[in-house]
Amino acid sequence: MNQSATIDRLVDRALFIRLETLRLSRIAGAGHYSGTFSAAELLAVLYYHQLRLDPLRPDWPDRDRFVLSKGHAAIGLYPVLADLGYFEPSELDDYTRLGSAFGDHPDMRKIRGIDFSSGSLGHGLSIGVGMAMGARVQGRDYRTYVMVGDGELAEGQVWEAVMSASHYRLESLVCIVDRNRLGIDGPTEEIMTAEPIDERFGAFGWDVQRINGHDLGAITGAFDRINSSTSDRPHVLIADTIKGKGVARMEGDVHWHVGNLNAEDYAAVEQELREGTIR
Amino acid sequence: MSSRSTHEGQDQSEVFRGVATAAKADRETGKGIARASVPAFVAGEELANLADSDERVVVLTADLASANRLNDFSSRHPHRFFNLGIAEKNMISAAAGMASTGLIPFVGTFASFASLLGYEQIRTDCAYPGMSVRILAHHSGMSLGYYGSSHHALEDLAAMRAVADLTVACAVDGNQLRAMLRASLDLPGALYLRLGRGRDPEVYSEVPADFSFGRAVKLQEGSDVTIIATGSEVHPALGAAEILQSQGLSVRVLDMHTIKPLDQEAILAAAAETKAIVTVEEHSVIGGLGGAVAEVLADHSTGVAFLRHGVHDEYVLIGPPVSLYQHYRLDAQGIAAVVTKFLS
Repeated sequence: MNQSATIDRLVDRALFIRLETLRLSRIAGAGHYSGTFSAAELLAVLYYHQLRLDPLRPDWPDRDRFVLSKGHAAIGLYPVLADLGYFEPSELDDYTRLGSAFGDHPDMRKIRGIDFSSGSLGHGLSIGVGMAMGARVQGRDYRTYVMVGDGELAEGQVWEAVMSASHYRLESLVCIVDRNRLGIDGPTEEIMTAEPIDERFGAFGWDVQRINGHDLGAITGAFDRINSSTSDRPHVLIADTIKGKGVARMEGDVHWHVGNLNAEDYAAVEQELREGTIR
Repeated sequence: MSSRSTHEGQDQSEVFRGVATAAKADRETGKGIARASVPAFVAGEELANLADSDERVVVLTADLASANRLNDFSSRHPHRFFNLGIAEKNMISAAAGMASTGLIPFVGTFASFASLLGYEQIRTDCAYPGMSVRILAHHSGMSLGYYGSSHHALEDLAAMRAVADLTVACAVDGNQLRAMLRASLDLPGALYLRLGRGRDPEVYSEVPADFSFGRAVKLQEGSDVTIIATGSEVHPALGAAEILQSQGLSVRVLDMHTIKPLDQEAILAAAAETKAIVTVEEHSVIGGLGGAVAEVLADHSTGVAFLRHGVHDEYVLIGPPVSLYQHYRLDAQGIAAVVTKFLS
């Protein structure tokens, strides 16, 4: 696939993630819209371009690992796993309903393709550290990718993990920061200062890249750079994003961290997503 | 007790007669403490032995490899050992990540930090996803003596017992710990293993070949009262039984090494066959062994005379461990006095 066709495909899949988030939120009655929309391009590139996977073998020991440490964006990940064939898409039709495998945060014991359960912020990067150590102990060459939120960086455990990853030179570990600038109560920089994120990771000994997290060419380019890296440092991709990206009423509005569209608004939001073009 | 085959056909009480005799000899000579059987200190060596033939074994600690002697492991398997520094939360979560790749991580740190600082990581990253992480929570209870309450773990059994899909056990001595570590390789899910401070006198003269998580050991038969003890309190419980017997009482002693899953059968048998039950633990009487046994007795409406002995909802005094055990009546004489008073 040439570059342009690759990007077209990723644009389409990011739209799919947003539309499915809309559909599943409607089943649940509410959803983590904006923190999923900020990560849609990142998830699309990871699952449709970067990760070494075999959906028919979810336990393949040499698969790349992905930990969604910001587990509240699982509503955008489930449709991707269904689309890739980990399970039947119809299994999502009772999303969050009594007895469903699919809750707001992902459960690895119930869902094929989830490499680790998440939900409590601050844990995921440590889990990834362990997965990368596991690769080293067992002589495997998979990479481990962990997506964290920017508000999550206030959790002290994140920095324990950051420290240990560089101490053990875990070059197979890739941390992706969805830098959407908003927590639940307001801007991260008002709640608890996150910046300078790049300098902080750099000071801890990580290989740092900072990109526009909605620019599909920039995201694939950053991963290309990691793929060809000879550094023994762990990698962090700080992706500057817009919380709620793609829906005007949600963009940059803290009230859509968990939101609930009125029934009459779904069609308009869907149309807005389909007409918008995020590249 | 060198192999399972020597046990076959023997009555359990007969098997452990030798055990109790050995423990008695230790108490009389005072040599128990000097013997090589020390829980926290054999883990590194035993795990190194296990790792020789099992590639899944890895070990992690938080700047305590010399305190818990996990450096006996790191010297033999340096590439399967990870010191994560003083960062217990990251260590436990990283162990869970390692377990997800097929390894069996053994994680050693002080029980106070493992259980309280690492509680959410044990629950959410180890037990909930079913990860085969083994927490070696050493220096439990008040065994760090005058280090004070920051370093005491008197709530850990209560906390751990409430976590679903988590096995919770307490090692009595080095030989039982070796048996537990071996058995843990085939144990599904996560394990919280509570250890003493590495100077625990021997109760089991050899590695018990028939150890099984969830099955209590009847160390001594008796009909007047049953003392149910766990971990560090099993040895003094045997001493207390000896004192009580000299007063004419018939005392059953159960080593309830596994707090979860609890051996209900052994508890209900004690309730039916002996006149009273006293639980003894180096832990708060709230929610630990005593709480667990009380729940079983109440659920089955047994009505047996019952007393929980342990620490009664307080932060304990500063003092050397031996002095603390005397003060809180957790040594043999103290337990005997508590039981005598209860029965009168």
